[in-house]
Amino acid sequence: MASLISRRGLLTGMALAAPALLVGCDRLGASPSFRDLVLSTGETLAYRTHRLFASNTLAREFDPSQLSPTFRTNGNTQPRSADYRAHQAEGFANWRLEVGGLVQAPRAYSLADLRSLPARTQITRHDCVEGWSAIGKWTGVPLRTILDTVRLRADARFIVFHCADDFGGKPYYESIDLVDAFHPQTILAYGMNDGNLAVGHGAPLRLRVERQLGYKQAKFVMGIEAVASLLPIAGGRGGFWEDDGSYDWYAGI
Amino acid sequence: MRITSIARTDVSLQGGDLVRRHRLSTRLWHWISAATMVILLMSGLMIFNAHPRLYWGQYGANPDYAWLEIGSAGGQGFLRVGDRSVPTTGFLGQWTDHAGQPRSRAFPDWATIPSSYNLGLSRRWHLSFAWLFAVAFGVYALRSLMNGHLRRDLLPSEGELHPRHIWQDIRNHATLNFPKGIAALRYNILQKAAYLGVLGLLLPAMILSGMTMSPGLDAALPWLLDLFGGRQSARSIHFIAATLLVLFVVVHLSMVVLAGPFNEIRSMITGWFRLPEEKS
Repeated sequence: MASLISRRGLLTGMALAAPALLVGCDRLGASPSFRDLVLSTGETLAYRTHRLFASNTLAREFDPSQLSPTFRTNGNTQPRSADYRAHQAEGFANWRLEVGGLVQAPRAYSLADLRSLPARTQITRHDCVEGWSAIGKWTGVPLRTILDTVRLRADARFIVFHCADDFGGKPYYESIDLVDAFHPQTILAYGMNDGNLAVGHGAPLRLRVERQLGYKQAKFVMGIEAVASLLPIAGGRGGFWEDDGSYDWYAGI
Repeated sequence: MRITSIARTDVSLQGGDLVRRHRLSTRLWHWISAATMVILLMSGLMIFNAHPRLYWGQYGANPDYAWLEIGSAGGQGFLRVGDRSVPTTGFLGQWTDHAGQPRSRAFPDWATIPSSYNLGLSRRWHLSFAWLFAVAFGVYALRSLMNGHLRRDLLPSEGELHPRHIWQDIRNHATLNFPKGIAALRYNILQKAAYLGVLGLLLPAMILSGMTMSPGLDAALPWLLDLFGGRQSARSIHFIAATLLVLFVVVHLSMVVLAGPFNEIRSMITGWFRLPEEKS
């Protein structure tokens, strides 16, 4: 009976099984129903548990001695649109942040308006989905201050950030839930490392949502919209990379 | 041939007898962890491919010094650890994919899930199956504490830690002299050390260092950052522990093949194990 599985047979079997496993995993990964039923469990479970047990925890804030010597840029570092370039040439003097959607008092903010509001400065770690991290010092207005001013309607569930940059003509955008939107460390940053936010890092305004990965930190923010559902926006998955590939909307993990 | 239960090992068992060797909880954990570890390893290698550099400390990105790097320069693949660089063209850094196309990525297509570059999808595989793995590990650990598996089968018994005993076991392994008869029912001391090292050290290190890479969990459980000395240190430890797990699996599979794959695999599927015959 022991001869049913010989040593050589076992090794041959394993050598044959490996490519089959690979092909199988590629096919499963390409199947939309497998993606939605099985491969989304990680995101769903992480989002639910983080919100259930840790919705108000603070991201670690670091000491100035722990700042990255060089904070690299990534993603788009220079938006192409003529509109943005015109604002850039004027030093964003005529740029306005439009805040609207499901709010009771929509309004626009100039950069000077934002700078006149109480600011928050935080030294936090930026974690790229690719795996690297950089520590930077961010200064800006808590998003909560803005949302308290425009007053969300009862049916608002998400806050969407519309950006000036694009990839292949598709505008960048991102979205977060209301827990993160009202989180004390969620700020609209206009300053970085004690200077003005550079264009490469998202001038004039960049979202910092410190308990999520880098692709959620929308740069070149032009508009903020409160919505009841993400489905009607662009590809319907709540963000450019979420629509484009298979990045999870919840990027807390 | 006699069939008996492991609970009654006081009866005189001998080579050739069929006995119950592995509990259901052990067998379930074995196969769930085997399958999920393959998925976690291969999807993890794809995630590594997105940024094939490792750092120590709280931060680490391209401008910072990487203690390990897999890359390609001038069409040649290399693995660099510290100051030492070894050429790895063909299997790391620079390789040819199944369609014959040259690629300059860290790990080759036959080692990753999915096989062609897709960070988002590999993260979905990894972060979904990590739950199954961690929950199964937790249930197995709890069960092993309750049913005595840890105390009776895994922790060294009195006398086993004696240097002479350990030396004898090393000699037995080196000469491929495996236990026969009833002695084959118990894990030997090297086996116990390997299993305890994996269960007590490597797997908790894998799970906790993986959790430390999550910005959400770092906020919820800030002690994780202090435990590993930063997110980038945790990422390095995650990679090192994964490498050690691969080494464990290589040794483990070699021992299965050497000890008699049919009997060993059957005992891990059905629980029944035939005691090896003593040579006369």
